[in-house]
Amino acid sequence: MDLITLSIMLLKIIVVFIAMLLGVAYLTWLERKVLGHMQVRYGPMRVGWHGLLQPIADGIKLFFKEDIVVDNANKVIYVLAPFVVTVCAFASFAVVPFGNELTIFGQTIPLRIADVNIGILYIFALSSLSVYGLTFAGWSSNNKYALMGGLRASAQMISYELPAGLSIIGVLMLTGSLSMVEIVNAQKDLWFIIKQPLGFILFLICSVAECNRTPFDLPEAESELVAGFHVEYSSMKFALFFLAEYAHMIVMASLVTTLFLGGWQLPFIDISSLHPTTLIGQLVVSLLPICVFGVKVFCFLFFLIWLRATYPRLRYDQLMKFGWKVLFPLALFNIVLTAILQIFNLL
Amino acid sequence: MIGSIIKRIWALLCGLRETLWYFLKTTILGKPITLMYPEEKWTPYPRFHGLHKLLRDDNGKEKCVACCLCAAVCPAQCITIETAENENNEKYASSYQIDISRCIFCGYCVEACPVGALLMTGEYELAEYTREGMLYNKERLLRE
Repeated sequence: MDLITLSIMLLKIIVVFIAMLLGVAYLTWLERKVLGHMQVRYGPMRVGWHGLLQPIADGIKLFFKEDIVVDNANKVIYVLAPFVVTVCAFASFAVVPFGNELTIFGQTIPLRIADVNIGILYIFALSSLSVYGLTFAGWSSNNKYALMGGLRASAQMISYELPAGLSIIGVLMLTGSLSMVEIVNAQKDLWFIIKQPLGFILFLICSVAECNRTPFDLPEAESELVAGFHVEYSSMKFALFFLAEYAHMIVMASLVTTLFLGGWQLPFIDISSLHPTTLIGQLVVSLLPICVFGVKVFCFLFFLIWLRATYPRLRYDQLMKFGWKVLFPLALFNIVLTAILQIFNLL
Repeated sequence: MIGSIIKRIWALLCGLRETLWYFLKTTILGKPITLMYPEEKWTPYPRFHGLHKLLRDDNGKEKCVACCLCAAVCPAQCITIETAENENNEKYASSYQIDISRCIFCGYCVEACPVGALLMTGEYELAEYTREGMLYNKERLLRE
């Protein structure tokens, strides 16, 4: 690997990391704004134009808050937990192809940090690992609310990871690859949302549950558990949990986009076949996939916020029943259906 | 069985439609119900129970005859009156004080007043930095 490739690689990592951080910051703003408008309120309005600087103000505030470590906490695990969650959430984005290829000065840069041939497995593994963070946080805080939250988080993640994993098997059967790039390329003609409607709906529900979002936000059910696994966290440690939660949302949105909504591809237009001659045209064509991807991710994030504004929280037994008795069989059915249709070449 | 499932899913979708409708209404069409308080102030209704006001008659004389019925009827006992006689041998309140920090704004004092000397205005911004500031003496209550 020569120096240029290495520096491009590092640059990509930095840019993606900063973009993720900014995305997370403004996702909180978006959430408060959309929730506000859905409840006929303004949302943040004071800090900056329409509250646009609110996330920065919040960040500064959290940074200067007192960092309390509870006396009875298991110190090592207590400190470790937020880092586990954050690292898992951010590292997941590494395999997401957020664009096709960028050509500048004769250099062709593939717009993804890494094209791992087991991309999906990698994301699923990391999101499973992040459960450790939540459970660590819940257990080490030595607080009954935190423990309940941690336990609920782990139980919910395990229950919903299963149907989530099974619901994408249909996509994998159609693609024949676990690589995210391959999956996007396979959707050149037709997005998998059309070929796999049931799989899409199942994965949608599971991804909401994976993000611990309403209506599946039992790990931090305010009315029962105060704040769930992060009751005892303050200052930057709390901010890290927050960051991880929203980064997880972005990763899940990118995953849904990549798996079912055609990734960076536009419908009916093949962007990679366009070869404009002017420099501006080239730039537009290379940046268009990123914008398309961004818009799709934004739509999914809006959907998540929309869900939060609409539905009440499920009861715990309803959550488990729904996961195991409804989603799990449906996901299995989807696999069988896809397999049969594929054998008879109907897909 | 399938009918009831479809009905439930339809109900869920109706919920989504409702929130989206409110979102669009607030974002594009209308104004949120929130008032941007210090800039935008709420206009109280005519019969709103706000800060009291002592009234004067047409000649500019205080209407209050210091009968102390308001002080007697006050459930929070926040009205203190000292009475005196003027040069025409008429009773008047030499001091009239309402402790607004104890007042419950029930309006009984206004109802009890036989001469209609007391009124409740729409003034609702009553925050003060000191407890003493919450004591409204006669001069403050007679304000225009």
